[in-house]
Amino acid sequence: MTAPLLRVRDLSVTFPARRGRPPVKAVDRVSFDILPGRTVGLVGESGSGKTTTGRAILQLQAITGGSVSLLGKDLTKMSSSDVRAMRRHMQFVLQNPYSSLHPRMKVADILAEPLKVHRSVPAERIPERVAELMTLVNMDPASVRRYPHEFSGGQRQRIVIARALAVNPDFVVCDEPVSALDVRTQSQIVDLLHDLQDKLKLSYLFIAHDLAIVRAVAHQVAVMYGGRIVEFGDADDVYENPSHPYTRNLLEAVPIPDPARQRAKLAASVVDPQFRGRDGETGPCVFGHDHADGTSEWHEVGPGHAVSCRFWPPGVTP
Amino acid sequence: MLEVRDLTATFNREGTPSQVVNRIAFDIAPGEAVGFVGESGSGKSVTARAVMRLAPEGSSIAWGGRILFKGQDLLALDERQMRDVRGRRIAMVFQDPMASLNPVMTVGQQIDDMLMRHMGLSQGAARKRTIELLAQVGIRDPEIRADDYPHQFSGGMRQRVLIAIAVSCQPDLLIADEPTTALDVTVQAQILRLLMRLRKEIGMALMLITHDFGVIAGMVERVYVMHRGDIVESGQVDALFADPKHDYTKALLAAVPRIETARRSA
Ligand SMILES: Nc1ncnc2c1ncn2[C@@H]1O[C@H](COP(=O)(O)OP(=O)(O)OP(=O)(O)O)[C@@H](O)[C@H]1O
Ligand SMILES: Nc1ncnc2c1ncn2[C@@H]1O[C@H](COP(=O)(O)OP(=O)(O)O)[C@@H](O)[C@H]1O
Ligand SMILES: [Mg+2]
Ligand SMILES: [Mg+2]
Repeated sequence: MTAPLLRVRDLSVTFPARRGRPPVKAVDRVSFDILPGRTVGLVGESGSGKTTTGRAILQLQAITGGSVSLLGKDLTKMSSSDVRAMRRHMQFVLQNPYSSLHPRMKVADILAEPLKVHRSVPAERIPERVAELMTLVNMDPASVRRYPHEFSGGQRQRIVIARALAVNPDFVVCDEPVSALDVRTQSQIVDLLHDLQDKLKLSYLFIAHDLAIVRAVAHQVAVMYGGRIVEFGDADDVYENPSHPYTRNLLEAVPIPDPARQRAKLAASVVDPQFRGRDGETGPCVFGHDHADGTSEWHEVGPGHAVSCRFWPPGVTP
Repeated sequence: MLEVRDLTATFNREGTPSQVVNRIAFDIAPGEAVGFVGESGSGKSVTARAVMRLAPEGSSIAWGGRILFKGQDLLALDERQMRDVRGRRIAMVFQDPMASLNPVMTVGQQIDDMLMRHMGLSQGAARKRTIELLAQVGIRDPEIRADDYPHQFSGGMRQRVLIAIAVSCQPDLLIADEPTTALDVTVQAQILRLLMRLRKEIGMALMLITHDFGVIAGMVERVYVMHRGDIVESGQVDALFADPKHDYTKALLAAVPRIETARRSA
């Protein structure tokens, strides 16, 4: 079996209590692996902790527990200078192609910056590497003397991706990388991410709300709710056999690009299910298992497809 | 209610003018919901901002043509008159939530402010309404969360604060620029239902910009398709989905991602 490129174990991030209000458990004992050259899609409720998970993995956010290993090295036990050295293996691509590029910097300088910071190529080779990066994301290397605003949204997102790839990373966290783009541009960027993965054997953590896009890019999917992962499995299994009630809820809410059907769907009355955690509760879980013995909350529903017994609405059974 | 004619928008970049909206025309009737779709960078946000007469942060822009709102040309109003229109009669949800929230005020204060300024509520009444509004946009523990600063909210939670601010004054027209892109689909559905309810209850008209064809399908009566600063097609939503005429509209509809489609390769 291949060793995972990224191994996340019991990762927790708690924002401290202030003025009489309870602390926010933004990420609560999250565990998963990503294999080399593979993509894990991370979906879930707004505010459930996806961005915080991504930032905590990249050591951009202080963690309160757990561990993160990249290429077999535990990042959470490293000195900050060692973490800095590891940064060239892990990069971040953010949602907004408008605000994530400095408006007064030419594309050539934007792409040269990470090369200088990480001293990845000798100074005289920088222009060559910049041109190479532009070609990699299917853009004309001659356009590097232009400013970000002179490009379309899709082209800007290509530049953002090129900047992330400048240092030859092994792992990239993409946080809603296409949500600001029209559907045609989205599919072009998704194709680009695929090609780059094939070519460079990249691993991605792909955070997004568009479940169709996630299905198009992810090998495996993790569904997050209230700081925890509640379902994990191969993308096709999760989409075709969603097993946690929150996942089912999510898939049922996907809007349909058909006016008559979508209008009917919005007009239908809905009851908001109450997804409650089991913290502090005793007795058997929905799967009839008593976890008082400290056993895992995870229950296998198929090969490589598991569901948590947390956050089941009262009365709902598997 | 809104009649836009020959609208142009021209940025001035270091002395070189660049026209990004080319003499477009569109209408929105009272209580009507109209959708805008199109290529990224085609001018949807610039058009929406023109109706509010707001230039993007740090840019110089010139508008041309007419924007008639209830018969009054907004482009001819002075800045003070425009301030009365903004927020109270026409409200907008901007595409970039962080840029439109005040980082040093709690989210609760920002909604209170709006309610006190435009609706004449007292501090106490405003806070009560603020909590209701936060609950309506699906923020859990709204009493506690109202005291958070914007950076303590997730992207989608900030977007919902903007929606709460925009609907707080029950405007005649709500302009929503990609209002649900940062939201999961269950919260999105809750927001869409809220907007539908406001349309019914207070007769609010809606100008909805989105690239999500599922959202457009359920929310609007008519659609305008933009491409490189022009409106290239417009029509009733059902007709446009069933029988798009312009090549660009056809290409867009063909690119709509389908949830049934699995990953390209293993
Ligand atoms: N700096 C912070 N201080 C306090 N609380 C924070 C901070 N950053 C995030 N949070 C809280 O942590 C939780 C998770 O936030 P996060 O940004 O990870 O959500 P998300 O899943 O990415 O949501 P979205 O889909 O809306 O982007 C939220 O309750 C949020 O308010
Ligand atoms: N602040 C700005 N300064 C200069 N040009 C801008 C600015 N904002 C937008 N533009 C340009 O105006 C055009 C329309 O942009 P926009 O309305 O944001 O498109 P979208 O349809 O994606 O909302 C694009 O060519 C964009 O590059
Ligand atoms: Mg987020
Ligand atoms: Mg826009």
